[in-house]
Amino acid sequence: MPLVFTLAFRNLFYDRLRLVATIIGIVFSIVLVMIQMGLYFGFGRMVTTMIDHASADLWIMPKGTKCFEDPSLLETRERYRALAIDGVADAIPVVIGFADWRMPTGATTPVFVVGSDLRAGGLQPWNLVEGRIEALSAPKAVAVDRSYFDRLGISGLGATAEIRQQLVRVAAVTDGIRSFTTTPFVFMDVDRARAHTGVPNGKATYFLVRLDPGADRAAVRRQLLSRLSDVEVLTSAEFRERSRTFWLFSTGAGAALFAGALLGIIVGTVIVAQTLYSSTKEHLPEFATLRAIGSSSRYIYAVIVCQALLNAVIGFSIAALVGKAVVQLTAATALPIVITQGLMIGLFALTVAMCIASAIAAIVQVTRIDPAMVFSR
Amino acid sequence: MTASLIEAKGVAKVLGSGAGKVAALKGVTLSLDGGELTLLMGPSGSGKTTLLSILGCMLTPTEGTIRICGRSTAGAEPEDLALLRRQHVGFVFQSFHLFPTLSATDNVRLALDVRGERFRKAKVRAREALAKVGLAHKTKAFPRQLSGGEQQRVAIARAIVGNPSIILADEPTAALDGENGRAIMEILGGIAREQRRAVLIVTHDPRLLPFADRIVHIEDGRIVREERYGVKQS
Repeated sequence: MPLVFTLAFRNLFYDRLRLVATIIGIVFSIVLVMIQMGLYFGFGRMVTTMIDHASADLWIMPKGTKCFEDPSLLETRERYRALAIDGVADAIPVVIGFADWRMPTGATTPVFVVGSDLRAGGLQPWNLVEGRIEALSAPKAVAVDRSYFDRLGISGLGATAEIRQQLVRVAAVTDGIRSFTTTPFVFMDVDRARAHTGVPNGKATYFLVRLDPGADRAAVRRQLLSRLSDVEVLTSAEFRERSRTFWLFSTGAGAALFAGALLGIIVGTVIVAQTLYSSTKEHLPEFATLRAIGSSSRYIYAVIVCQALLNAVIGFSIAALVGKAVVQLTAATALPIVITQGLMIGLFALTVAMCIASAIAAIVQVTRIDPAMVFSR
Repeated sequence: MTASLIEAKGVAKVLGSGAGKVAALKGVTLSLDGGELTLLMGPSGSGKTTLLSILGCMLTPTEGTIRICGRSTAGAEPEDLALLRRQHVGFVFQSFHLFPTLSATDNVRLALDVRGERFRKAKVRAREALAKVGLAHKTKAFPRQLSGGEQQRVAIARAIVGNPSIILADEPTAALDGENGRAIMEILGGIAREQRRAVLIVTHDPRLLPFADRIVHIEDGRIVREERYGVKQS
């Protein structure tokens, strides 16, 4: 084992209490950053879940639409104009909107209605655990997620309730389709969605465009923009980005998450810097001895940086285990924390950078060391 | 004629500044040759440690020149001085300055590690150096498991393992009892005479006189007297 590593390792483990304090500081910091960033990714994924599961090459939407939940409406005649363009195979209407769900007990709760042409399969419920998609074509049929049974005051398949004084019956049950707003999604046919949300018959929120095989998406988009009035045409990726940007940045949610992450980085850096500094100070006579016996400054820096890296590796390993537990604990909640492989790699790099930056104060102290101090002790 | 391993000419050193300024050394000229054990003696505050620090390239003189194995230290940067120490000087300190978290072997190996000598070969050399000072059986011991005399032997092994031409020792027996002090002086004398190295020992202790080839007396920053001896106690 290289002696620099041995020396760094022994210096660290010489004072176990300080080591524990340092590691707790790093773990706290990294877990904080991990959770904030995990929430960021989780939130980002939640706000685009409908876009992710829609079957569309292009989205036609009212001009100025900020996110999927935006209730602005399109004229249905625009759909027919779209269908007249070469390369457009289908333009499936989607209607969304908030409504009140009235339980058999008489209590009400808000729901978010998602209506689509179920025969065309534009935006159907997924992860079905009970019932079938076809069953949603039946009169009054809706699909809900089983995690909202209590909120909706129902017990499962076949349960009934009212939306806008109109009876609905649960014909399909999904698992894991949760809303970040905590308002339950209710899937149904597009015509019934209009009736339940008060959207006039000649209107829709989106048209999901499917292209003919081999059609040029950019060319079709240009055609759509030139022939349809007061609309925007976005790809799924663009709409996803727009929705995410709106919810994360226009609402301040993203800024709050980033601020939390930044706080974590600062706290971690300060804690590691403080402990490394005091450790170096305590070992100053040893560093002076090293200098006296002829070590280069670089050799001493290597010992300090090695200590910082050891802190980083130990701290990050524990933080990763905590993060894994947090991911499992939040998996079934309204806002699951999502930790991707990229995030883990990024966090490890951040931990290393944070620990090395923390070593700077200690290194500055060592650069001022006078090797002749070995004679005064 | 062979050049001296250390040559100091007209060395002066002023410490502190303003009203606290002190002339620690005033025109010291001294040379040390291989094969000699020299004692540097003088009262407290006479400039012994300052001279040792300058000869060991830890301090630079305010005036005068120092040559270590033919190389001048004039204008040398701290890293250049560290290189000179690494290549030519071994140190033995009064309070040993061993690393408490490292074994005897690793303490000695450290002097090779800073020279870039690593791996198995370094370990073998460190053990050989420990064997030379009579500690072949304590290679794995940590400083806290060793007596004062044994710790000083480890420090001597660390000083000699890199084969420096010059060994500088600051009160190496001050923390030891008489028997251990004698043992340490015999080892240092052997290093000087058998390995043809220049050994300079700063001391107050008159019990070390019999081990010296040469005694340099310093007072008030000046060398006031030198004595040479022909026959040594073994």
